[in-house]
Amino acid sequence: MLKYIVKRLLWMIPVILGVLCIVFVLSEITPGDPVDTLVGADAPPEVKEAMREKLGLNDPVYVRFANYIVKVVTKADLGNSYTTNQPVAKELMVRFPITLKLTLWSIFVALVISIPLGLISAVKRYSWIDNLSMALALFGVSIPQFWFGLMTMLIFSVKLKWFPASGIDGTAGWVLPVAMIGIGNVGNFARITRSSMLEVIQQDYIRTARAKGQKEWIVIVKHGLRNALIPIVANVGNVLGISLGGAVIAETIFSVNGVGKYMLDAINARNWPSVQGGLVLLAISFSIIMLLVDLLYAAIDPRLKSEFKAKNKIKSRRKAVEA
Amino acid sequence: MAKLYTPAMAKIDKKKAKLKGRVRKSSPGREAWKRLIRNKLAVAGMIILVILILVAVFANFIAPDGIDNQVLKNRLQPPSAAHIMGTDQFGRDIFSRIVYGTRISLPIGFVCTVLAFAFGGILGSVAAYNGGKVDNVIMRIMDIFQSIPPLLMAIGIAASLGNGVLNLVLAISLSTTPARSRVIRAAILTVKRNDYIESARAIGASSRRQLLRYMLPNALGPIMTAFTFSVATAILTVSSMAYIGLGIVPPTPEWGSMLSSSKELLRQAPYTLYFPGIMIMITVLALNLFGDGLRDALDPRLK
Repeated sequence: MLKYIVKRLLWMIPVILGVLCIVFVLSEITPGDPVDTLVGADAPPEVKEAMREKLGLNDPVYVRFANYIVKVVTKADLGNSYTTNQPVAKELMVRFPITLKLTLWSIFVALVISIPLGLISAVKRYSWIDNLSMALALFGVSIPQFWFGLMTMLIFSVKLKWFPASGIDGTAGWVLPVAMIGIGNVGNFARITRSSMLEVIQQDYIRTARAKGQKEWIVIVKHGLRNALIPIVANVGNVLGISLGGAVIAETIFSVNGVGKYMLDAINARNWPSVQGGLVLLAISFSIIMLLVDLLYAAIDPRLKSEFKAKNKIKSRRKAVEA
Repeated sequence: MAKLYTPAMAKIDKKKAKLKGRVRKSSPGREAWKRLIRNKLAVAGMIILVILILVAVFANFIAPDGIDNQVLKNRLQPPSAAHIMGTDQFGRDIFSRIVYGTRISLPIGFVCTVLAFAFGGILGSVAAYNGGKVDNVIMRIMDIFQSIPPLLMAIGIAASLGNGVLNLVLAISLSTTPARSRVIRAAILTVKRNDYIESARAIGASSRRQLLRYMLPNALGPIMTAFTFSVATAILTVSSMAYIGLGIVPPTPEWGSMLSSSKELLRQAPYTLYFPGIMIMITVLALNLFGDGLRDALDPRLK
């Protein structure tokens, strides 16, 4: 187990370097001169040249790449924003908790709604409640998130005035963005829960539990659901990626001051260091959450655990023989 | 002595031919197709898709007006007999723009997916076929690319390449390539150990022939299902990106881009926002229905 954890931790090093490399390449292929954005296209050449020297743009590509990596890794320095001239890392750190909170809340709410939905669907298969919840789930995965956001904004903030249309001051402001990001996940989770639960119900251990006279709801929840949830945990990376992407769009729709809105504003202002910084931050936090999920997964899935134990046993036996 | 060919014999021959035809007809593909057309929802999805494709082909006959015909005195008219979906802030007929929009969303979503499956197919099948170190290296690189969520990756690529349909297609297909390579790798791994692959190798089929002639056709089921769902995702991605102003820009009547240019009219003229969203939803819904049906038909034990 320890070996797995160490291996998984070490794997983060190439991942982070790879992310930095991708983001650097993206900034290299961007057309247009950043100096033009900074000092204006019609600034005198001396000023431009001075700026270029200051930013280190005259160095060859590999020197700039090395500098970039060293700066990010050792000093967490993502450069300065072209528009505000503040360190990007500092600006991001103010906004990051908001984006993270939005993403995690939306996943949590989606889980709370969709797992019972999928469970009931599987248990009462082909009943009206199954049909209804699967129809809802299908709409959930088919509706464009941003349009759902716009429509809920129209209904609940323009017409009914229940929730504010922009900003997240107070709890009410969180409702619509969280719903918008979560809508697709509700559909996904409900469908996954249903199909994996249907598979689990046919297993022998469910029949055993029933045969020994266990109460039906304990059979379903404790013996059934616990095993049926494994595909959901396995799918969490996908979901997290979609939710982070959704958060980026939700933030622009509901004017939430998070990393996503910051990045999109920066794209429009051709403020590349901020875009780059946002990408790096989101990708690295995504990988870190994935790491935690993997470790959690290893801890809860008895099959993976036993695999490692079995391997160790074989190894120790082999060592004993060699000795 | 020459045998006489009597009418009775001809009848028997005919029957035999018929039987032969019937036997040949029950291939796994045909069985799956039968299951598919028995699935009402899947058929509904297929019909919607066919209608959308017909609308795209005959858009210039269906649309009463052009894409960018600005008639300022007709600005922001609610739906009426003359403009069944109303007009936007430039006095353009929304219905016409919606109709022409089918020429954008469907083909772009399709092309993005084809490219992603082509790139991913090469990487995934090489990885699965060779196994071992090659597999490890390719899949670890895919892991690194997947550590950036696909929508963010697409946004990053589109932002650095600049706007335009070609750049958008490149952004979406590259950002989804790692996930698609996984699908193809998994599909090929499941058929790789079969005896017919072994026999193909034994009679000396080249590795390319083994892959293209024997492995890919047999692994096609899950790949086709994944393909359908991927087109749906690609259409959603195209429109979300157009909404935030990346990729396709006005006055192109892409549905997401139409929503983007009318988002300020939420209070004033909300009807401008209804139809583009509904169209995206219908298209994606049809693809999802069809994909669900395809999955159930190709792998009946899952249902």
